[in-house]
Amino acid sequence: MKDAFGTPQSLLVLGGTSEIALATARRLVARRTRTVWLAGRPSPALDRAAAELRDMGADARTVAFDALDSEAHEVTLGKVFAEGDIDMVLMAFGILGDQARDEDEPLSAVRVAQTNYTGAVSAGLICARALQSQGHGSLVVLSSVAGERARRSNFIYGSSKAGLDAFAQGLGDALHGTGVHVMVVRPGFVRSKMTKGMAEAPMATTPEAVALAIETGLRRRSETVWVPGALRLVMSALRHVPRPVFRRLPV
Amino acid sequence: MGDTVAFMAADPARTTAPAPSVVLDTVPVTGWGRTAPTAARIVRPRSYAEAAALVRAGGTPGHRGHIARGLGRAYGDAAQNAGGSVLDMTGLDRVHAIDASGGTVLCDAGVSLHHLMEVLLPLGWFVPVTPGTRYVTVGGAIGADIHGKNHHVSGSFSRHVLALELLTADGEVRIVERGSELFDATAGGMGLTGIILTATVQLLPVETSFMSVDTERASDLDDLMARLTATDDRYRYSVAWIDLLARGTSMGRSVLTRGDHAPLDAVPPRARRAPLTFRPGQLPAAPAFVPEGLLGRTTVGLFNELWYRKAPASRVGQIQKLSTFFHPLDGVPHWNRVYGRGGFVQYQFVVGHGKEEALRHIVQRISERRCPSFLAVLKRFGDGDPGWLSFPVPGWTLALDIPANLPGLGSFLDELDEEVAAAGGRIYLAKDSRLRPELLSAMYPRLDEFRALRERLDPHGVFRSDLSRRLGL
Repeated sequence: MKDAFGTPQSLLVLGGTSEIALATARRLVARRTRTVWLAGRPSPALDRAAAELRDMGADARTVAFDALDSEAHEVTLGKVFAEGDIDMVLMAFGILGDQARDEDEPLSAVRVAQTNYTGAVSAGLICARALQSQGHGSLVVLSSVAGERARRSNFIYGSSKAGLDAFAQGLGDALHGTGVHVMVVRPGFVRSKMTKGMAEAPMATTPEAVALAIETGLRRRSETVWVPGALRLVMSALRHVPRPVFRRLPV
Repeated sequence: MGDTVAFMAADPARTTAPAPSVVLDTVPVTGWGRTAPTAARIVRPRSYAEAAALVRAGGTPGHRGHIARGLGRAYGDAAQNAGGSVLDMTGLDRVHAIDASGGTVLCDAGVSLHHLMEVLLPLGWFVPVTPGTRYVTVGGAIGADIHGKNHHVSGSFSRHVLALELLTADGEVRIVERGSELFDATAGGMGLTGIILTATVQLLPVETSFMSVDTERASDLDDLMARLTATDDRYRYSVAWIDLLARGTSMGRSVLTRGDHAPLDAVPPRARRAPLTFRPGQLPAAPAFVPEGLLGRTTVGLFNELWYRKAPASRVGQIQKLSTFFHPLDGVPHWNRVYGRGGFVQYQFVVGHGKEEALRHIVQRISERRCPSFLAVLKRFGDGDPGWLSFPVPGWTLALDIPANLPGLGSFLDELDEEVAAAGGRIYLAKDSRLRPELLSAMYPRLDEFRALRERLDPHGVFRSDLSRRLGL
């Protein structure tokens, strides 16, 4: 069960090698989380991540999960929930893709959309149903500022996150009053292996900062969290910039 | 079905064949601290038979169990049951019999102490133990084994319970006598041994509904502990409000209020005409929306300063109404809303005599951290109580409230837990919403016996709560 500050005792991470997810898991384990499920494609990195959490005292287990294999989600996630209550699900899987290549190869663009959006739709609905029947839990969805307004430089990734964001918001409203809390997290540019080698955007942040924002959001039962918080203002201004001007902005 | 309940048929209408209970809805439920809401089906049984039928249906696979709930005054998650059902027992609220000469009452567990006072005071009797609110039910009082300002003299509530009727996981109703194993597991058992249906309670004779109160100020924590140690045994009721924001030489400055029921000749002549009237006043309720952070360091600091200064340095024999002395907060309905949407946590621990150093260190840490707490009280407990999970042990107990949205509060309280456990103390489960399960068995040495009894009596987990899930009770 979560405590009065929204800190969970059991955590399921979808996308178990995500740096943001692991920073969050470390933070929560240091507080009180004891059971951690890391779901992802089996890999040495996933096992290493679990071992690291075990060293911190958590009962960390891995489970094979592929965002693209929506057919299998029901069975895979069903097994995890059958083992006991999950207080928090962190949906952290996603790929950035390569905008230039993806524009040339529609199939690889579709892969971005399927991972980030359709994979999240099936996994999100399955988790939501399981949380609803246990009557409690938080579903934390890692969205992105890129979903707030599509940009020329990464609109394939951005559009998939826009879909995910809208889906998670709607799901949050659908689950209002069921004891389940859905929180959408919109980080800006995060310095991680996903963005390695890319030019840093203004207001860049770190996985640790996102983890802290998630912990605070759980305590406040927030529905939307921006990291850093000032992005809320920046993006609400950018949202209203006319298209001809927005196109010329160096973002 | 009628067989099991027939013997307690105080009212034959209550043992007729069970109609479906009133299912109110699946709604988010919280404790009085308004933190960590979870959704449960609220069911309101209208008879013992209805309650028994619900319990029998409870042990099936996939079912997430039941927990009884009274007036929802437990601060944490004791009367929540995520995904399962919460049995609202306040529909069963009859006072069955009063022995006005011997001073006992037999009543349903859903009866509130407020109602008991209304019924009993005119007859010259008072409840044996009352907490800081009279809006708790008898069932809740036994389940949490509550204590009051008279613990150093009278012990906890269940010490005055002669017997109770308990609906156990098999759907049977058992008569549980004081002194039995099941009684001691149920007293303080947080509703996890079964549903208390009725209780027989020994009462306290009083001449008036007034209190004779002595007030004095203590300039710091040492002064306070010295005064309490020296003169507590002269008073039936004793408690100290403590200013946890005061620092330095005035750390732990307090206002002691101690007293007893006023005898007839002590009350003013006008009140002597109807000395047993019980008419607690009521102020307007706290508004539904209060901005977060209203109770910050500045406002609470100011309040504490005024509260300390307005108290007389020493006053003897002041006549107060019962409700003023025992239940000042009950005058403001929904006072828990003043903490805003984020809610608040209550932290109450006890450390034994001889562990004054631990208490002093914790008070110092709270005061250095500037936790904005205006409802902090310190009390000296008397002998421990027989309940396996009863909270009181002889020593010092400190209770404080803190807004839940204070950054870093979770890990700060975890550190205090460690200090409490290291000093052999414990945390009060009825107020808890955040303790980690690891420390529980150190705090409650009879926990294993409690778990074993639950395993025996309730193998399918019919009775469960968020508290029991969180702490593995």
